[in-house]
Parts: sequence; structure tokens; C-alpha cells
Amino acid sequence: MAVRGVSFYVRAGETFGLVGESGSGKTTTDMAILRLIRPPARVEGGEIILGDTDLQRCSEEELRSLRWNRISLIPQGAMNSLNPVMRVKDQIGDAILTHEGRLPGKVLRERIIDLLHTVGLSPDVYNLYPHELSGGMKQRVCIAMAIALRPQLIIADEPTSALDVVVQRLVAETLKDVQKRLNAGLILIGHDMGLQAQMADRIGVMYKGQFVEVGPVRAIFKNPVHPYTRLLISSIPSIKQKHQPPPAAAWEEIQQAGPQDEPGMQEVEPEHFVALSESIALGSAG
Amino acid sequence: MESLPDTPLLEMRSVSKIYGGGFLQKAGKVALKDFSLTLPMNKPRIVALAGESGSGKTTAARLALGLLEPTSGQILYKGVDLHRISRREALVFRREVQAIFQDPYEVYNPVYKVDHVFNVLVSRFRLAPDRAAARPLIADALRVVGLDADEVLGKYPHQLSGGQRQRIMVARAFLLKPRLIVADEPVSMVDASLRAAILSIMLKLKEEFGISFLYITHDLSTAYQYSDEIYILNRGEVVESGDSQAVIDNPIHPYTQLLIRSIPIPDPDLKWEGKLEIELENVPE
Repeated sequence: MAVRGVSFYVRAGETFGLVGESGSGKTTTDMAILRLIRPPARVEGGEIILGDTDLQRCSEEELRSLRWNRISLIPQGAMNSLNPVMRVKDQIGDAILTHEGRLPGKVLRERIIDLLHTVGLSPDVYNLYPHELSGGMKQRVCIAMAIALRPQLIIADEPTSALDVVVQRLVAETLKDVQKRLNAGLILIGHDMGLQAQMADRIGVMYKGQFVEVGPVRAIFKNPVHPYTRLLISSIPSIKQKHQPPPAAAWEEIQQAGPQDEPGMQEVEPEHFVALSESIALGSAG
Repeated sequence: MESLPDTPLLEMRSVSKIYGGGFLQKAGKVALKDFSLTLPMNKPRIVALAGESGSGKTTAARLALGLLEPTSGQILYKGVDLHRISRREALVFRREVQAIFQDPYEVYNPVYKVDHVFNVLVSRFRLAPDRAAARPLIADALRVVGLDADEVLGKYPHQLSGGQRQRIMVARAFLLKPRLIVADEPVSMVDASLRAAILSIMLKLKEEFGISFLYITHDLSTAYQYSDEIYILNRGEVVESGDSQAVIDNPIHPYTQLLIRSIPIPDPDLKWEGKLEIELENVPE
């Protein structure tokens, strides 16, 4: 089982950071939201509700119109998924035309240039091919495509992981900016805790396919309760102060402990939930 | 290699590396320009070469390892120019200067057990007369990186975690009792949580065994935590260098300042300030 018993919500205009190691179930969760899980994998139960729609009950047809229209995905390595023989205008245009049907050429052109402007790209990009763009520019084109239909929810899977640090900040701020304009919910998947601290309002920490802790970003960073979260937070290097990281043995110990059978999420402070078993006493908080 | 007492361990003197170019051709691509660096003989140091993609940091590492020949300038190990090194000296260099690369998986041959990476070294450098005699040496090297020989030896690479594979690479380098380890992005393929633990081994090897490091990285946070000295590279040139903490706490060159202002600080109370005064189109690639 890749993920189980995963529950969380994202409000309009809010950023929910989904963090965890590789293999912890982050990407499986976002694929489940989009119902892109392919057999033999399947979603066994639960509800995935967007506004007033239960995605689990939608027909394929309904889903197809939901994707892009109401939920959009910026997949991992999105910039490498651009079609190399299509100009930027055609890639973005395709996304619009597929969902909205025919549009007058002039209207479409204006809309694309407007989208490019929104993500901070000049109109010159309109006629270019992907290979003529830098990594950061390609990533912005992917963001432009994701917001072309003004979705309510954007899922971004490691949207800046392949970028150098300056470009990463520019792209991250672009994403934040377009999210604000649309008042869309954003699910930001990634293990860069620095980026999460900058962008997320709330964070969910996944471990072995389950949430171990969900809470406001400040609570997770300043007052982590679950042993896994505490280890994760204490391992992050910073340029602000020198600190002694936990030893590798601490990680191995926690990995051997394995997942709990039925972890109950308990609210330790407002909106701050922790999967607590009997062995993890509440007293360890703070 | 006998040398004078104040001879540096490694010295790179105005080293440049230019790819392509030549007679009647257009100018080549300058990968590294006029790069100088000195590692003292008897004072182990961790020196970070930091920069973005295309900054020349990996070129500098490969030059230091003798894997590339400089277009101009000199690289001396214990006072001997790598370009004019004798066969005997070359063997000493190959033993005393080790490398750890980004992707530990690539170094392993998937059909051999991990023991193989150690056995190859044991026979090439005649570290022990036979496998039985080599075993305690290998176990010792594994212990230094926090691994148990009984647990990891006899396994195939895919049966180990990424963190374990990379620590085995450190143990492999340590087995030869090197003076210098060139570590090129050693933790960028490792899960973020385990990075600190692996980099701490670097500190331990410096402090307990006197091994110096050239730590090649794009990540200024780990350079800040683990290195003594830092060189910030941009497009093949050093823009700023010095004590790591001093450079990062108080960057002087505009490029260093830009890098530092772009780092996402893992603290929700220290958000990115203001706007970067730079357009995406103008960011050096």
C-alpha cells in the first residue's frame, strides 16, 4: 500500500506543503487527487472533494473537463515535458482550445500573451521553441499552461527542483503570485524545507504513506511533535546559524521503527495534528 | 614524495581550462579562468567550491583530481607538477587523493556485491595479502562512516539505501588513508534528511584523521555548515573567497549577495525580502 488514511484539506488561496522522503507517498497522493492512478494500483476508499464535487464519483468525461479547468498539475520535471517541436504559443494554445473549443485567433493570441505576461515572460517568447528557452523560462511556460483555465487548485510537484537557486526564487515567486491572483489553492510537493518555509501556509509531513504531522507552517518548524518531524527539522542546514545535525544512526532507528498500524491523528493545538501512538507521549511536545 | 616542510598539500596556480578553440577557430569556451587555491600540508581544511551550473566548480574538481589537463597554469601535489609526475609519484597521488561523486549508484556495478568496490582497491594498492586479511581493514573503514560490515557486505547495491551507498563510497575513499578527498556534490542525490548525517562524516574525517576536502556544491547552506573556506564561482571565475562564515554572513560581491538573497531560509519567520532586482532573462545560465 503506497498511501493510506491520508486526509487533508486546502483552502482557496492557501498553500499546503506536502513533504516527505522519496517513496513516502507524496506523488501517489497527488496522482490520487487527479485520479491518474493506473491499474494495478487503485484508490480503495475515501473521498476527494473539490468544492462540492466528489472526484471519486465523477465519470471519466466529467473528470476530463475538471482537469485543467478546476485542478491543474505542474508535474515533476515539467519543463522537460514540453513538446520540443511545438512553439510556446501552440503548447499553451492547445491547452486552452482542448477545453474551451474554438476561439478566434486574435482572442487566443491575446490570451496567451496575457498569460506569458502573468508569469513574467516577454511576448517574444510566444513564437519560440522550448530549446530556445532557459530552464527557468520553460518552467514559467509550464506554470502559464497550468493556470490558463484559471483552476481552483494547482498541484505543483517539485516545481523548482532542477533549477539554480536564483532562478528557483524567481520561479517560486511567480507561482505564488499567480496563485494569489487566482485565489487558487496550491499543493506544493517537495522535500526542500527551505522552500516550504517560504511558500507554505500549512504543511503535511508524510512518512511511509501516512501523515505523521499536519499543521501551520510555524508550528511544524518551531514546535514539531512527532519524532520524525523533529528529526527532519533538526537536520536542515541553514545559512543563519551553525548547528550540530542529528547522526545517521537516529535516522536508521526511526526507519526501523516502521509505520504504526492505526495511527490516530490528535489535535495538539489548533489545526496542528500529530499521529500519536502510545509510545509517543504528548509530553514530548516543545 | 619528499617535500619541504612548508610545501602545500595541493596548489593550483592560475589554472585555466578552455574547451575547443585553437588555430583559425573561434574562441573556445572558458570553463575555468585563472583559478588559484592552496591547501596546507599539515592543517586539514574543508574548502568549498560553490556555484551554480556552469560556474566551473566541477571543472576545478576534475583538474585537482588530475582527470583534466589545464590549458594554462600549474597544479602541484606536494610540490610536484601533476603534468610532470613520475609513475611512482603518480601511484602515490592516486592513493592519497580520492574522489566521491554525485551519484553513488553509477559507481557500483549492479552485478557485483558491494564488497567488490573494496576488493578492487585492496588488490590494486596491495593493502592486504588476501581477502581474509583485508576484511578487518574494510570493517574498520565502514565503522568510521557508521556502517556495520556484517550488515552491508555481501549485499548487492540495490539492496542498500541511497544514504548507505554514498557512505560506502566515503568508506571506500577512507580505506586508502587519503590526504585529500574531492567530493563533487556528494549529497545532492541523497534524501534531504540524510544529507547532514553524511556531511558530518566529512567533518569527522577532517578532525580525527587529518583528511582535507574539496567540497564541490551548489548549496551554500551546507557549505556554511561544513566548510572552513569557500570560493564562490560564477562563469568560470572566482568572484569572492575567504572564511566560509565570513563570506556568507557578509557577502561583498553583488553575485554572492544575489545568491544569498535567493536561498530559501528554512524558517517561516525569515521570508524572502523585497524583490530580486533581476529579470529571469538576465540570470547567468
